[in-house]
Amino acid sequence: MNQVALLLAATLGAGTPLAIGSLGLLVNERSGVLNLGAEGVMLVSAVTGFAAAYHSGNEWIAFLAGAAAGAALAAVFGWLVIWLNTNQYATGLAVSLFGAGFSAFVGTGYVGRKLESGGEHSVPLLRDLPFVGTALFRQHPMVYLAMALAGAAAFFLYRTRAGLVLRSVGESPESAHALGYPVRRIRLAAVMVGGALCGLSGAYLSVVYAPLWVEGMVAGRGWIALALTVFATWRPARVLLGAYLFGGVTMLQLHLQAQGVQLPPQFMSMTPYVATIVVLVLISRNPLWIRVNMPASLGKPFFPGS
Amino acid sequence: MIRLEARPSPSRLAGILSPVIALVITVGVAAVLFLVLGKDPMRGLSVFLVTPWNGVRALTELGLKATPLILCSLGLALCFRSNVWNIGAEGQFLIGGIFGGGLALLVTVHPVALDRWGFFPLLVLAGALGGALWAAVVALLRDRFNANEILVSLMMVYVADLLLSWLVFGPWRDPKGFNFPQTMSFAAATGVPRLVPGMRLNLGFPLALLVAVATWLFLFRTYRGMQLQVGGPAPRAARYAGFSSRAALWISLLVSGGLAGIAGALEVAGPMGQLTPYVSNGYGFTAIIVAFVGRLHPLGCVLSSVLLAMFVIGGELAQSRIGLPAALTGVFQGVLLFSLLACDTFIQFRLRWRARA
Repeated sequence: MNQVALLLAATLGAGTPLAIGSLGLLVNERSGVLNLGAEGVMLVSAVTGFAAAYHSGNEWIAFLAGAAAGAALAAVFGWLVIWLNTNQYATGLAVSLFGAGFSAFVGTGYVGRKLESGGEHSVPLLRDLPFVGTALFRQHPMVYLAMALAGAAAFFLYRTRAGLVLRSVGESPESAHALGYPVRRIRLAAVMVGGALCGLSGAYLSVVYAPLWVEGMVAGRGWIALALTVFATWRPARVLLGAYLFGGVTMLQLHLQAQGVQLPPQFMSMTPYVATIVVLVLISRNPLWIRVNMPASLGKPFFPGS
Repeated sequence: MIRLEARPSPSRLAGILSPVIALVITVGVAAVLFLVLGKDPMRGLSVFLVTPWNGVRALTELGLKATPLILCSLGLALCFRSNVWNIGAEGQFLIGGIFGGGLALLVTVHPVALDRWGFFPLLVLAGALGGALWAAVVALLRDRFNANEILVSLMMVYVADLLLSWLVFGPWRDPKGFNFPQTMSFAAATGVPRLVPGMRLNLGFPLALLVAVATWLFLFRTYRGMQLQVGGPAPRAARYAGFSSRAALWISLLVSGGLAGIAGALEVAGPMGQLTPYVSNGYGFTAIIVAFVGRLHPLGCVLSSVLLAMFVIGGELAQSRIGLPAALTGVFQGVLLFSLLACDTFIQFRLRWRARA
């Protein structure tokens, strides 16, 4: 029983970076911009966050630094695709490749360094509940923040005027422009929110989850977060669900490895990637389902007055 | 106030100048970076831009490093022109390496009466088969289930990497290799025939150039090649004309997977001579940059492969000679692609001065 509770707790921890990053990308994509640079943004903020934590000793400063780095890199991406009309796919790939190179370069001096432990976190009183206490209430605050973020994103998108405007920009930038909304500035804001949340997720990975810096440590989570937005058909609650599903898959395979299951560890490590492919296949099988839910202008450039 | 204004027709001049300007910007960024790092910028730049060209040995190494980039980028250019976003060349490269390496291992254990020249076609075939197989999964899932090829091809890179790792840590590990994760060294007869005595440059280089010519002929001199390219910029026109987008998907993925696979097999049997977990230098990802810098044109791909190979060698030299991390190469490659994309804006747009109304 206690094993199950621990596994659940670990699942939440592993799902959190995916959830935060993917929620950011969801807001990003709802404005009609697809950022394939998520992996690069997460790498750059992972190393930035780690460096900040290493020098300041404060993980909240690290999260802030990670988010700022993510937003800055996303702003470069946004400027290129929104104002200079560069191809979104190619520019996103450029961010990913640049991020991989830049983080490896900056991080050379941090490989093998250790962070001071942030200590145990728990919610008073609730942590002592049987089973539920272990499973849910002994988590890093960021885990709860991810849940709150999903709620906030849903509220913002479906219950506020700003959210409505953002969605309309994603569905039809021409109409939004005709109504007088600053389409390009709205898109840039959405891209930067996406970058900041991917950055937060990267910093969480290197400061709390790992906690260490290794070259390429994001290990495809940026891409999985992108896949999650498709899996969730661009709904915040489903993003959260999907992220925990992936966290569960990751943790279960680690758990089985630790139990000494007779399967090469490499095959176990493949599961998150294979699961992503399987999930994409299942969800995309019905093209209509995707077409109805996808922001209509996703990936298409918008140039006012052309 | 400066405004961007759409050009009546795309500028050819801007298209050709763009990579040159991007390179100049990258060199400028590099010089500033060297200054910030407290290194002499002239020395730093000469390590990246001059040393890789200096002497016969350096030139042959440049050709050797350019070979996998040419092969991978030609396939990617074909894909991107057909609007198929295969970004998993790295994985297809690794599987090609596994197939080619596996064949070489087999021949090493059970010798056959073949010399290097006789083995070469088999090696190329094995690599092509492996890479094409890996890309076929992407094509199948896109064709049959509409699964996004960007994400699937990228996920397949991680799977390929783990597969290679399993092989060299497990069943294919050299029993006499002191537990290092590597296969035994391949027999001499499986090596790729070399071109210059004493140098590592091999038959792969002329093969890559030949493939470039073939790609040019296919793209610009065949009806099928034209059909493929219409689907990219104008999918509706292509459908109206009856050009199959499924054919474009399968052809571009199988060809690019096959070419990346050949590159992997040549790398494993050529300069490496055994399988290790580190078969690729990130060639499959660098090839994406190569393809764009080369304007998705076969000749451009060859030229930009040499350019990016120069950066790869420069990074290695920067590490050994001026004590900078080799990861610097990745930074420069990223900056190059960024500046290129920004410069490409001026193919479709021009700047206009306009007074504020």
